[in-house]
Amino acid sequence: MLALTLRDVRRGYAGGGAALVVAFFLLVAVLFPFAIGPDAAVLARVGGGVIWAAALLAALLPVERLVGPDLESGVLDQLRVRGVSLALVAACKVVAHWVAFAPPLMLAAVIAAGLLDLSGATLLRVEIGLAIGTPGLAALAVATGALVAGLRGGSAVAGLVMLPLAVPLLIFGAGALDPVGGAGAFKLLGAVSLVLVAGAPFVAGAAMRAGME
Amino acid sequence: MSLAFRRVACDRGGRRLFDDVSFALAAGEAAVVAGPNGVGKSSLIRIAAGLLPPAEGEVTATERIALLAEAAALDAERTVREGLAFWAALDGADGVTVAQALDAVGLAALAGVPVRMLSTGQRRRVAMARVVASGAPIWLLDEPGNGLDSASVGRLEALIARHRDGGGIVLAATHLPLAIPGAQTIVLSGEEAA
Repeated sequence: MLALTLRDVRRGYAGGGAALVVAFFLLVAVLFPFAIGPDAAVLARVGGGVIWAAALLAALLPVERLVGPDLESGVLDQLRVRGVSLALVAACKVVAHWVAFAPPLMLAAVIAAGLLDLSGATLLRVEIGLAIGTPGLAALAVATGALVAGLRGGSAVAGLVMLPLAVPLLIFGAGALDPVGGAGAFKLLGAVSLVLVAGAPFVAGAAMRAGME
Repeated sequence: MSLAFRRVACDRGGRRLFDDVSFALAAGEAAVVAGPNGVGKSSLIRIAAGLLPPAEGEVTATERIALLAEAAALDAERTVREGLAFWAALDGADGVTVAQALDAVGLAALAGVPVRMLSTGQRRRVAMARVVASGAPIWLLDEPGNGLDSASVGRLEALIARHRDGGGIVLAATHLPLAIPGAQTIVLSGEEAA
């Protein structure tokens, strides 16, 4: 299954996929100062939350490319004929998507933190939160990608499906920025992320199977 | 080794495409599914491949299956060799087998070319090479002759004959005439299609 994961990682980085996510993430992060105003104190206070919201929106970007093309090109058919379980395929896709999207995003968060004038301590909390939360986000993206695969206008539907389900990640991710009560939020963020990672492959596998009929 | 359909029926979109299809293929045997467009030839192949559950009846395949479907299932930006190597790794085939299979479909010279540069017929032949390289005893071919020139059709017929000589089973759905000596013909004639 390493071959399957590597193939998806390569596809994630190929064609500027990761660069697009990073660019979109930074663009959203840059938009907030324009909207809120250039007051450094205000920006520093909301900055962590801005990074989380931007990460969520950026995670939505590649959703349509995760499963749809494989369904269309018959790759999933060929895998299934070979007896590969679709849940396993989905699990590989979650791992591959995380590898292709989380590290660039976490690097870009450093730049965003500079743009928003975040303190080092806040940045550290953002990065730890992203490290815990992005696996859940990747799992959610793959499950959503499988659900909308083959739909016309899938990307619009993907947003409607994925963003509400990602709200717990956003709440606990932003909650963990609080230096006093953040520890509990980290644990809850981890719990949400684990639930998503554990459940998404099965949801995605079932969705792919339904899409193939 | 066998591939058998027992009173298989297929529903698509709430409509019965065909029912009561029964046949059995043993080692070295072949069958051709014939019939007009939309009668369910591709659905029959997908049912045989286990990709589509039959509405009624049962399908038994005792051995590994190789499927040639309408979609090529090859990444457009990778080369022919890399694309086939990905599937060969899953099938447990080595590089030599892949090279031989490419040679058998007459595409050895294009091994280093990205898949997106291939023509429709060439892509089809690469997909056929994957079937050959898989080493699976049961071949399910959905319109294997589509987009092929006459020389390639000849190669395809030779490949099918060689596979059957080696004890393989071939089930092909085609609306083009394909010379498969001694093949059973499965004529689908849906009630509504007539």
